[in-house]
Amino acid sequence: MVITMRFMLLFSRQGKLRLQKWYTATAERDKKKMVRELMQVVLARKPKMCSFLEWRDLKIVYKRYASLYFCCAVEEQDNELITLEVIHRFVELLDKYFGSVCELDIIFNFEKAYFILDEFLMGGEIQDTSKKSVLKAIEQADLLQEEDESPRSVLEEMGLA
Amino acid sequence: MTSWSAVVGSQCLSLHQGHLPTCLCVFQRMPAPIRLRELIRTIRTARTQAEEREMIQKECAAIRSSFREEDNTYRCRNVAKLLYMHMLGYPAHFGQLECLKLIASQKFTDKRIGYLGAMLLLDERQDVHLLMTNCIKNDLNHSTQYVQGLALCTLGCMGSSEMCRDLAGEVEKLLKTSNSYLRKKAALCAVHVIRKVPELMEMFLPATKNLLSEKNHGVLHTSVVLLTEMCERSPDMLSHFRKLVPQLVRILKNLIMSGYSPEHDVSGISDPFLQVRILRLLRILGRSDDDSSEAMNDILAQVATNTETSKNVGNAILYETVLTIMDIKSESGLRVLAINILGRFLLNNDKNIRYVALTSLLKTVQTDHNAVQRHRSTIVDCLKDLDVSIKRRAMELSFALVNGNNIRGMMKELLYFLDSCDPEFKADCASGVFLAAEKYAPSKRWHIDTIMRVLTTAGSYVRDDSVPNLIQLITNSVEMHAYTVQRLYKALLDDISQQPLVQVSSWCIGEYGDLLVSGQCEEEEPIQVTEDEVLDVLEGLLLSNLSTPVTRGYSLTAIMKLSTRFSSVNRIKKVVSVYGSSIDVELQQRAVEYNALFKKYDHMRPALLERMPIMEKTASNGPTEIVQTNGETEPSVPDTKHPPLVTQPANQANDLLDLLGGNDVVPVIQTTLPTKPASAGGELLDLLGDLSLSGGPAPAPVPSVPVSQPPFLLDGLSSQPLFTDIAAVIPPMTAYNKNGLKIEFTFERANPNPNIAVITIHATNTTEADMTEFVFQAAVPKTFQLQLLSPSSNIVPALNQGSITQIIRVLNPQKQQLRMRVKLTYTHKGLPVQDLAEVNNFPPQSWQ
Repeated sequence: MVITMRFMLLFSRQGKLRLQKWYTATAERDKKKMVRELMQVVLARKPKMCSFLEWRDLKIVYKRYASLYFCCAVEEQDNELITLEVIHRFVELLDKYFGSVCELDIIFNFEKAYFILDEFLMGGEIQDTSKKSVLKAIEQADLLQEEDESPRSVLEEMGLA
Repeated sequence: MTSWSAVVGSQCLSLHQGHLPTCLCVFQRMPAPIRLRELIRTIRTARTQAEEREMIQKECAAIRSSFREEDNTYRCRNVAKLLYMHMLGYPAHFGQLECLKLIASQKFTDKRIGYLGAMLLLDERQDVHLLMTNCIKNDLNHSTQYVQGLALCTLGCMGSSEMCRDLAGEVEKLLKTSNSYLRKKAALCAVHVIRKVPELMEMFLPATKNLLSEKNHGVLHTSVVLLTEMCERSPDMLSHFRKLVPQLVRILKNLIMSGYSPEHDVSGISDPFLQVRILRLLRILGRSDDDSSEAMNDILAQVATNTETSKNVGNAILYETVLTIMDIKSESGLRVLAINILGRFLLNNDKNIRYVALTSLLKTVQTDHNAVQRHRSTIVDCLKDLDVSIKRRAMELSFALVNGNNIRGMMKELLYFLDSCDPEFKADCASGVFLAAEKYAPSKRWHIDTIMRVLTTAGSYVRDDSVPNLIQLITNSVEMHAYTVQRLYKALLDDISQQPLVQVSSWCIGEYGDLLVSGQCEEEEPIQVTEDEVLDVLEGLLLSNLSTPVTRGYSLTAIMKLSTRFSSVNRIKKVVSVYGSSIDVELQQRAVEYNALFKKYDHMRPALLERMPIMEKTASNGPTEIVQTNGETEPSVPDTKHPPLVTQPANQANDLLDLLGGNDVVPVIQTTLPTKPASAGGELLDLLGDLSLSGGPAPAPVPSVPVSQPPFLLDGLSSQPLFTDIAAVIPPMTAYNKNGLKIEFTFERANPNPNIAVITIHATNTTEADMTEFVFQAAVPKTFQLQLLSPSSNIVPALNQGSITQIIRVLNPQKQQLRMRVKLTYTHKGLPVQDLAEVNNFPPQSWQ
């Protein structure tokens, strides 16, 4: 009776995986198989069809944003409509962070996309419903990262200072 | 976002494409590994899979040597690249330990990538992951909240049971912190811990005390999730947290009534995510509790009526509200409100919303049937939707809504749907149509027509068990025989590719071919057809390579049966003898035995091939009451309680009546349903010729002709699991015990029809002489129907050396007290013995 998001996938129309977040322990081999299968199923859907489909024992909620498919697998009893909102919120966060996000941003900065996702969701549940709050946390963490890598003098590098 | 890395080595400039101004070739070290973005760019230039693989392998080799050198500076970069290549599908396991080293590093960047790597490359199946535990523990107590956050996140996403056990205490501590950033994460981490190690739930209880008093929406949201998790897992927690209902109601009310809050606003609605979670928690709390349900009535009504429905987000909240209303003990007005919301959803342009409405209506159609009926026409319209999922739900819901009043209209729509739907639906739809027709058919003619329609339009998709079911239905619709065979014959002329249709048609033509050629049809214009034309069609089936072996069997038998109905016996004889050398073993055997019927046993042929009597519906077919007629005028329908036994000679019935006396008994159908040719010839002769109630002796060698009838006849009798699981053990009883003859009854319930009691009689003999020519007969009151199957033998051996067993099936739809009159006849020590007895001591469980 656990209402949970099992995993989230992002992939392109060409079937290239751009992000995968699994919230249940799954063997690597199984993950690959499921991803392959699911991509096939979703990519075969026509535009007029609804955003929900049954696959194995799960409900798949998916939405296409430009060239990327955002795909969540939820348990049967979940509220599919709110899952669509969760997906949308994630896209908004990416959009705010990257400034008019496009697929290339996610390709070249995949680790950042993960950081944002992990600040937004944990175990498949929303951590914070405030966009501002999530973005602020990411911003602060990025600053920390920059402090880490602050330029050192050449002498410091050589260990002479 | 510029990050500067120190660079050493003489190759550096070329590798890093001039990012960095200076470089001193002081140390001769390996060139710095290329940066992540460079690698991504390079890999994307690959034109083939092979090229990509080559690049990846090269880079992996470089990364491997870098790892071997224990290079702290570039470990982060290398792991990041490895993660990218992993996402492309390449193996990255050699980076697992490196992730752990990164996590242990002091640099935030390292930790960030390290934890990410751990979440992507490790899971609880590898023992390696346990090495993280200590690091996570330290990081949970780090001075920087973002490091603590990383640790909580990792634990909350992938922590194994062991890790959770070790670290639960830390999580609990953080759940009590005043730092809302950490508190919200700790709550979700606790959810994960509880999922992994449910016994630890108790320890988080104290920390939940004032979670709902938080102002911070993040904490509120995750707290509600935590409370939900606890309530779902433990009835004790559920009772404990019921007292929170008023507080939850207040929070929800504030969200709705409060003005615009930019931070949490989504399309004019304030924090819809929190609203939905609260509604879900309320659902769980109100579920089986009247008081809680009452306390939330008002707020639910308020949300239901005030939520803006122009965007998906508003509908998401409405949907959750509907789910809650339907699940708790809400008052009827609220339930009607909920169903009306679903009804409105059905009219929404957004297909997602229609989908969701159909799913919910399907769940509520049993409990709120009338309310859902009001939306029937909208639901039926959804059958024409383009989306597969919507169509499926609309179909299921439509079947659930069919009743005696709307059957004609609904069936029209459903048959139209059957015509045009995707193959994946056809089997289910056909089954649904048959079931609905069986339950609610307004007339026999309509029923037959509906079946014909399904067979002709979706004939290849009907389930295998439809064939015997339909044959049974057709047999029992006596007055429609001529009409049915005519329609089926015409269908065959059009198309012989759909096997179920062909099988049913063959069977009917075999049975009622005489009606066909004599043009007796009343329902429609009788067709003119000759015996030869009919035989042409049946022979055509035998020859066609569209016919399956089973179908061929049906056709051959049909042809054989016509030998007693048609005059062109010679032609039939010829066909049968030809197939005596058929390659198909089944066909060959039938043909050989039919041949034997023509030659050696021609005197038995008419009897064996006679018309089938009415069959009792087998338990698996659902209601055993034959069709409710719904007030439509019918051609004279024979009283279904007294199935006219076409083959039962009238005088035998009368004998029994006389014998057993009184008007309250029904002539018993004391036979197995004659299988023709029967598997044991004995009982067939009993039925037909031998009126002496001492029961015929086992006749002279009867050819053991295999049963050529559709399998279901036997299915209904012996191969049907008569001895399936006994739901309640019914004690056996002694029905008769006199003169050394003892008859015991043992009981089973026929599964799945509980109205049928299956009684096995066991007859034993304590005297020193055998009781031979033993015949058991039984009669039951009018409200029952009884069926006696063939006995195991007709000798009860002396001195309990053996027994005769025989099965009786009693249908008792009105659940009246079971009574039976039995008549026993046998020969003992050369003298005929006859006895009558009443059996009244049936245990209550056998008829209740």
